[in-house]
Amino acid sequence: MEDKGTLWLPVDASTMAGEIDSLFYFTYYVSIAIFVAVIVAMVYFVIKYRRKHANERTERVHESKILELTWIVVPTILCMVVFTWGFQSFLRMSIAPPGAYEITVRAAKWNWEFEYNNGFVVGGNLHVPADRPVRLVMSSADVLHSLFVPAFRVKHDVIPNRYTSVWFEATKAGEYDLFCTEYCGTDHSGMLAKVVVMPQDEFNEWVDSRGGMSDDMPLPELGELLYQQRGCLGCHSLDGSEMVGPTFQGLYGSQRNFGDGTTAEADDNYLRDSIVNPGSRIVEGYQNQMPAIYGTLSERELSGLIAYIKAQQ
Amino acid sequence: MSQTTATDTGNVAAPRAMKHYLNHDKTIWSWLSTVDHKRIGLMYGVTLAIMFLIGGTLALLVRIELLTKGPTIMEADTYNQVFTMHGIVMVFLFLVPSIPAVLGNFALPMHLGAADVAFPRLNLASYYVYLAGGALVLCGLIVGNVDTGWTFYTPYSSQGDGSVLFLTSAVFVAGFASIFTGINFIVTIHKMRAPGLTWDRLSLFTWSMYAVSIVQVLATPVVGITMVLLFFERFLGIGIFDPALGGDPILYQHFFWFYSHPAVYIMILPAFGVVSELIAPFVRQPINGYKFVALSSVAIAFLGFLVWGHHMFVSGQSAVSSIVFSLITYLIGIPTGVKVCNWVVTMYKGSIWLQTPFLYALSFLFLFTIGGLTGIMLGVLAIDIHLHDTYFVVSHFHYVMMGGTVIAAIGALHYWWPKMTGKMFSETWGKVSCLLVFLGFNLTFLPQFVLGSRGMPRRYAQYVAEFQELHQMSSYGAFLLGFGLFVALGVFIHSMMAGKKAPPNPWGGATLEWQCTSPPPYYNFLEPPTVNDPYNYKPLVYRDGDRGWEYVHPEAPEVPQSEPEPAQS
Repeated sequence: MEDKGTLWLPVDASTMAGEIDSLFYFTYYVSIAIFVAVIVAMVYFVIKYRRKHANERTERVHESKILELTWIVVPTILCMVVFTWGFQSFLRMSIAPPGAYEITVRAAKWNWEFEYNNGFVVGGNLHVPADRPVRLVMSSADVLHSLFVPAFRVKHDVIPNRYTSVWFEATKAGEYDLFCTEYCGTDHSGMLAKVVVMPQDEFNEWVDSRGGMSDDMPLPELGELLYQQRGCLGCHSLDGSEMVGPTFQGLYGSQRNFGDGTTAEADDNYLRDSIVNPGSRIVEGYQNQMPAIYGTLSERELSGLIAYIKAQQ
Repeated sequence: MSQTTATDTGNVAAPRAMKHYLNHDKTIWSWLSTVDHKRIGLMYGVTLAIMFLIGGTLALLVRIELLTKGPTIMEADTYNQVFTMHGIVMVFLFLVPSIPAVLGNFALPMHLGAADVAFPRLNLASYYVYLAGGALVLCGLIVGNVDTGWTFYTPYSSQGDGSVLFLTSAVFVAGFASIFTGINFIVTIHKMRAPGLTWDRLSLFTWSMYAVSIVQVLATPVVGITMVLLFFERFLGIGIFDPALGGDPILYQHFFWFYSHPAVYIMILPAFGVVSELIAPFVRQPINGYKFVALSSVAIAFLGFLVWGHHMFVSGQSAVSSIVFSLITYLIGIPTGVKVCNWVVTMYKGSIWLQTPFLYALSFLFLFTIGGLTGIMLGVLAIDIHLHDTYFVVSHFHYVMMGGTVIAAIGALHYWWPKMTGKMFSETWGKVSCLLVFLGFNLTFLPQFVLGSRGMPRRYAQYVAEFQELHQMSSYGAFLLGFGLFVALGVFIHSMMAGKKAPPNPWGGATLEWQCTSPPPYYNFLEPPTVNDPYNYKPLVYRDGDRGWEYVHPEAPEVPQSEPEPAQS
């Protein structure tokens, strides 16, 4: 059966998760204890001292200095305990161990793009090796984003004008959710990916083969792989449904009406231009939302994508 | 003289009481141009009720959309605009003014034994400035396209068409209403106290209003400046926040939270004051640890300025700042805990009268304690990394803002309702609505804690399948909560139409407003009030029939009326 984690926390799949979970449950149970004490006292008093008749007299209660001190000192001590614990874990989470495997992350509305050390760039899912510290160096092409992997208990904002980073060491092979948690516009909730944790040797093979890409692949197959890897699927459907961008179904050869009143036929040159210069002509009813990050695709990759779009009739 | 007032059967018998602040002049102009603090409080009350209805409707639309994981009734763009407007309306147009502008305006001068606030015209100006802010928000609603979230984070908010500027200018304008009220209350509390009303005899409601007014005056200009900087960036192209112009988006977050964190205390401190008033008379005990409760408000107001960075633990601010902000965050938890403990201990050996306002106070203690403790959890650095920007945070601040402020405000509205309108409401239905709101609220927001800690990010129009059940529970809770609030509205409407006549003091309160008739005359006090300990219930006796509570034999020594109080400063 799939591991669903505990009631409060999802499955833990990183070396830091256990430590953070213990801290979470410690503060949780202390909070529950305090809460129950407050509510039990409240309910007990309400029942015990309920007014019997309207003109009941009350004795003025002598205020207790010791009691007053108790609920100042005890919570202060508890707070200092969780503070110290929390900030020590925070430091361990902030500083990546030396020799961590680095992956470059670029966020843009509404895609994640990951670049590995052999120059392999892939959108869609993040692949990482298990049992090895991984450091993500992140930047944004447009607005604020935030990378969040609940199973690893890590999160950090991704910012347009500086690099930020997170690190983690995944412990279990499998697929985990990756969310954008800083609001970034229309399709914020569609800016999802999976983290695919693989054993080290499998991961090496995957990076070396560029995710299963080869020079002798037929163009449409190459296009399909790119469609998934480069995140096209986040905005362009294959079944005609409306997303942030126009669907690929029946796109090739159709008449395109642009916001400025001009028209064109969606031929090879139009598709190439739309991938490389997405802002140049915007189809009526759509916004200029596609990031201009696909100019680095090779000639063969462009041909592959166009061939794949052609096949979607 | 005041001796006779006190031993008399009360002010209610005076024939002059026939004319009161509601009916001394009935023209519409007399309302629109009034400088009477009670009428301004009522006008604010009606306006804020409309804002609450708008914000609440938007909230229900959000919850309906989240019934299913895909699009339910709207597209992502519409959803983003709906939650944005919900946040802006609720925070800037409802929660920030709520208790000070409605209940503070109505009750604070009477708590001081004064005829009005120090600057009655400024008070009226504050209302119209607030209306102007509300009108700008309406423009933004009509123009549409505002989907930045209530935080207006750059650079997202500097892109797109200019409609977001309607909202930022609304925040700028409405801020002045807040500043006007703050200045007014500070001066009123310093200068308008009745003879003999020394600082250690102020009601705890007054203390909290004093603390909140200081925060309003000091913090609100910062959000105004931030909004002006957004204008400069947009129209003059000066790079302040937008990286494309050489600005820094994190600077915006610093500016924004430097106001918006103290603003959290602008929203919750008045609720603390109200709750003290809702507990003491129904327990017939003075609030335990009066000095601690009073001064903890001031401590919270001060510390509230030093913790804004705890909203930015994952933003890219330095680790050292995060650690310092985390530490100071706990320091706020201590005075807050002191208040809760003192409120509960006040009930010890009391004589507890379970009327609707007190039930709301109990509801507040339950919900606010959850809100406060989850706040401590979020202050723990390593845990916040996981919980930040998830539904755990959403639930936490709803427990504080709605479970705290809104519940206290509704309770206080029940408490002062007889004084405002001169009519009693149905106790039975008041209790029913309190229970429905309590159950509905918990059903809405308890599942959101679990959603958040399991990883559900906030501001998501659509979500992954595993979260659907909890989202549905939350939505059904929201419907119950909305229903409960409509029952409360029905209670008030029924009271206005067919409520029994209220006595001057229906609850047995010892603060000075209960010495006025219900409703009070234009200048509040027909006779100068007898100034006493605000929580001394010994001289109050319950009379059968509809006479409520009356003073019989005041035990506290009289303060000579001829000598001005030297302690005033």
